[in-house]
Amino acid sequence: MEKMPRWADVALIPLINLALAFFFAGLVVLAIGENPFDMVRFMVKGALGSSNGIGYTLYYATNFIFTGLAFSVAMHARLFNIGGEGQAALGGLGTAVVLLAVPWPHWTVALPFAVLGAALFGAAWAAIPAWLQARRGSHIVITTIMFNFIGAALMIYLLNGILKKPGQQAAETRHFGDAVHLPTFHEMLAPLGIEFSKSAPANVSFILAILAAVCVWLLIWRTRIGYEIRAFGNSESATAYAGISAVRVTIIAMLISGGLAGMMAINVVMGESERLILNFTEGAGFMGIAVSLMGRNHPVGIVLAGLLFGMLNQGGFELLWEMPGISREMVFVIQALIIIFTGALVNMTRDPIERLFIRRNKGA
Amino acid sequence: MGSEGGQGRQETAAPAIELRGISKAFGPVQANRDISLAVARGTIHGIIGENGAGKSTLMSILYGFYRADSGEIFINGRRAEIHDSQDAIAAGIGMVFQHFKLVENFTVLENIILGAENGPLLRDSLADARRSLLTLAEEYELGVDPDARIEDLSVGHRQRVEILKALYRQADILILDEPTGVLTPSEADHLFRILRGLKEQGKTIILITHKLREIMDVTDTVSVMRRGEMLATVRTAETSPEDLAERMVGRKVLLQVDKRPASPGETVLKVENLKVVDEDGVARLKGVSFDLRAGEILGIAGVAGNGQSELLEVLGGYRPATGRITLNGHDLPLDGRLANGRARRAAGIAHVPEDRQSEGLVMEFAAWENIAFGYHHDPAYQKNALFMDNAAIQADTEGKMQRFDVRPPDPRLQAKSFSGGNQQKIVLAREIERNPDLLLVGQPTRGVDIGAIEFIHQRLIELRDAGKAILLVSVELEEIMSLADRIAVMFDGRIMGERLPADTDERDLGLLMAGVSNGANDGGEAA
Amino acid sequence: MDFLQFLLTLDSTIRLSVVLLLACLAGLFSERAGVVDIGLEGKMLISAFVAAAVAYESGSAWLGVLAGSAASVVFAMIHGVASIIYRGDQIISGVALNFLASGLTVVIGHAIYKKGGQTPTLTGDARFTEVKLPFADAVADVPVIGPIYSELISGHTPLVYVAFAIVPLVWWVLYRTRFGLRLRAVGENPASVDTAGVSVVAMRFRALIITGILCGMAGAYLSTAQSAFFGKEMTAGRGYIALAALIFANWRPVQAMGATLLFGLLEAISNLYPNIDVFGLFSIPVQFTQALPYILTVVILAGFIGRAVPPRSVGVPYVKER
Repeated sequence: MEKMPRWADVALIPLINLALAFFFAGLVVLAIGENPFDMVRFMVKGALGSSNGIGYTLYYATNFIFTGLAFSVAMHARLFNIGGEGQAALGGLGTAVVLLAVPWPHWTVALPFAVLGAALFGAAWAAIPAWLQARRGSHIVITTIMFNFIGAALMIYLLNGILKKPGQQAAETRHFGDAVHLPTFHEMLAPLGIEFSKSAPANVSFILAILAAVCVWLLIWRTRIGYEIRAFGNSESATAYAGISAVRVTIIAMLISGGLAGMMAINVVMGESERLILNFTEGAGFMGIAVSLMGRNHPVGIVLAGLLFGMLNQGGFELLWEMPGISREMVFVIQALIIIFTGALVNMTRDPIERLFIRRNKGA
Repeated sequence: MGSEGGQGRQETAAPAIELRGISKAFGPVQANRDISLAVARGTIHGIIGENGAGKSTLMSILYGFYRADSGEIFINGRRAEIHDSQDAIAAGIGMVFQHFKLVENFTVLENIILGAENGPLLRDSLADARRSLLTLAEEYELGVDPDARIEDLSVGHRQRVEILKALYRQADILILDEPTGVLTPSEADHLFRILRGLKEQGKTIILITHKLREIMDVTDTVSVMRRGEMLATVRTAETSPEDLAERMVGRKVLLQVDKRPASPGETVLKVENLKVVDEDGVARLKGVSFDLRAGEILGIAGVAGNGQSELLEVLGGYRPATGRITLNGHDLPLDGRLANGRARRAAGIAHVPEDRQSEGLVMEFAAWENIAFGYHHDPAYQKNALFMDNAAIQADTEGKMQRFDVRPPDPRLQAKSFSGGNQQKIVLAREIERNPDLLLVGQPTRGVDIGAIEFIHQRLIELRDAGKAILLVSVELEEIMSLADRIAVMFDGRIMGERLPADTDERDLGLLMAGVSNGANDGGEAA
Repeated sequence: MDFLQFLLTLDSTIRLSVVLLLACLAGLFSERAGVVDIGLEGKMLISAFVAAAVAYESGSAWLGVLAGSAASVVFAMIHGVASIIYRGDQIISGVALNFLASGLTVVIGHAIYKKGGQTPTLTGDARFTEVKLPFADAVADVPVIGPIYSELISGHTPLVYVAFAIVPLVWWVLYRTRFGLRLRAVGENPASVDTAGVSVVAMRFRALIITGILCGMAGAYLSTAQSAFFGKEMTAGRGYIALAALIFANWRPVQAMGATLLFGLLEAISNLYPNIDVFGLFSIPVQFTQALPYILTVVILAGFIGRAVPPRSVGVPYVKER
């Protein structure tokens, strides 16, 4: 007997939790003497009110979809990959190395290789924690956190050293060149006669992110390795019986996860800044955890949650102009509350709702 | 049914324990239904019933581990409100759980004082416990090194620590939940001596078990539980194992399996000098050898934990071993990359594991996903080189569920939504329909209702009659006796002896299970 | 490197270790009770902010510490409700609280002081000043011992002495008291505590309160002693280093002091000597020294040197089995 209808599990509970998160965020806004409804209005306006806003929203969403997918793939194997931040940073390194090493004639040629570079470097940064977890039983949460810091140190070292553009202060590489410029939404939509903001950084990577979501769905629910990942995640004890190698599943899931996190760099490093800049990830690796939780580890949910978080991020910038009393970090507060209610406190709403349905089923 | 309860009341004024109308439900499952029971002071009272009959739940309520939905508890004639274990301890109740509640990296002393310290500082408590331990050890044969860490102790000694814990808390009433399941026969005998000693000191003991022999050996009175209900309470001296067994399962037992004599063919499986050392360096198999032929069932009997699980795991391909295994004349790898479950399945071995919930099934998976479990590389389940054919698996599952009468026959339902019996049928359908040369079966009917037991036994016999080899591991002697064509008894990682069912009886097998090897196999007297 | 330089390095080590030590001991209580806490960072951050704000408003650094600790305890309680009562995922809860702290500190700080999340600089009694121990000046000229006493041991803020005094106290509580016994048991096998008639929930909450207080002291030290203001993200990953130190110390208090001193030393070295020249052959980049605590922790976790054995039930919500 099913305890709860599927729709309640998939839609009702996340929506209630989302509402709770916004309610408490509203209380914070009230507490600092501002109007929460104004805040929401300005944030929505900032995120969706103009094609420029939409362009930024999609740009941020692209990052969050990649890192959310990354977290979810590992999570299906019950592996907590907290290392998205470091893996994304290393993905940036991979992208830069590929784009700087070869004088690419055109972005269409460069993109597949850049994606490969980003994914390989990201995967490589997940490989050691994965191997340690699989072979030595080292807790992957801690090792991936450690690798975030080690990765950060490595990036500082490289960007202040051999990768640094000669004769300048900022810790960044030289420009990749106009040939590898990725088409922005403005450039893609103009031929179709659709006007889109020229300054918005949303680019073809967004389509790449959607493609990645489709691929992850196929991977998890349609392939043998996906089946093994889910089996391992749901019942580690049963996998040996079934002839599924825990070591193999752990390593593959983490490599895919790291690769996806790394691919975020395509959007930022190749698509937006067109050079590698220190700290370009801006916490998107961590945000992937929230996006994946909110999206219940499902690609469709992750795309939707990615868009929501993209909106929040962009809307937060609008606050800078419209409501100077509210700092942009309000976005962190909202995001944190979303993680708390959809992740950590999920049983607080789930338990009573489940009881409600059980009582109703008994009554029926 | 039968002579209903109340024997205790005639003996002393107030019973040590009296339960009235206890009910408890876990969600939709009614674990205890309106249970009443009285246990006289200074007696050993047995509670017997099948797995899942509700015995442990009832005792956990008495110990305050669970709260009853309704009902009353009286201790020594006074009504007791037992909300948590603290209340139970204060009322003089101690409990030894089936799975010990010890802190493994603490010493014996630390475990004993935990929760019963006599002040905010440990020094006095430890000294006090050390003194008590010495007296208790002398009084009741409960010797154990107070400074040893639990993780270094044998199972039998750990159990003593649990008993000492209860006695240190001045328990007058001691509840033991399936205490012999993990003990060797000699350890079990020692335990019973301890229990008799405690009884002589005026303690009241409740022994929960599903083993008839123990009830007959050690108890004064016995209650029978079935499906959450208390059926009868009788004096042990006035009953017989047959009578109890019949009450326990609700009809004539010694489930007669309708089978013809086996007609064994070629040797399918040959096991030679199999040895296993586990992760902790403990030898689990110490040189096991046997043959198994086509068209026969070899039953492996023994107390749980004597190497049977390891034997199944080695044959199933997921525990490294040394020695030699040949299947249809071909050597099977025992170690390294090629020794895995998938390779074993490819070689023609199917496996119904002992624990279906943690091994045989992925409880969160739908039935159809579980039908593919272990066989997800099957070409019939693939759409192309990249993707699996989920529709094909679902169609296959529908057929299998029908043929094995799995209810409800919905392939999309999660495994955890099925009853124990139906879960087991899913596993059996998956494994038997692979038409293996060799089927490994561990505890096929553990936690399975009677109707399903019959069905499962029938299917195993059919597979045997189709000329397949079956290795049956079960701790239920009756199951082994009625299904197996040959019986091997395991003790301490070795096979103590082999018998033909016709030439043996429970006493003979019991001796072998206790590690007594007389070598003589001249058949026992009829049971 | 001369003797005085050596002493200065050690002196800096002590200053930098204090935050790590307090946070590490905080984590020790939580994890020994079976609750994973990767939210040390967030608790420190919220406390650093509240401590600075209250110290500024009240003019008392001690009041700041008190308020900071209270804020940190509130965070610990949220973690407790999520992970102990609602069996939520402890990692997720910790991550979320870290986010919440980074957001709230700036949002509130910005709303009050309009300085982009920074608090005004603390002056006078609003910040901790260095305590000169008795005779520090008198013995300063005595060779070797003199400078050690006057430079290294004397001249720290009160919280430094408190932090190091807490280490033996924690050891004693953990291994010599009823509370410590139950605390350790609840992290190893909560069922053993439950069946012994002790509430698992209450034990874990008590541990988390201590975690909150210690984390609060760590955070308050940052903003009222080590610095004299609160700055955005001023914990800068120290909560994670403390967690690494906890693993490094194998969840034991005295070893925790050793590990945090080691990590503090590495930080001091990277501050004082950014690029270390090794015999003129090559130089060790400062980033390597900074990353060394993390690298060492991974090595320990890998089990090649020593073996990290966490409390057995850490991270597992306690549910009575059916």
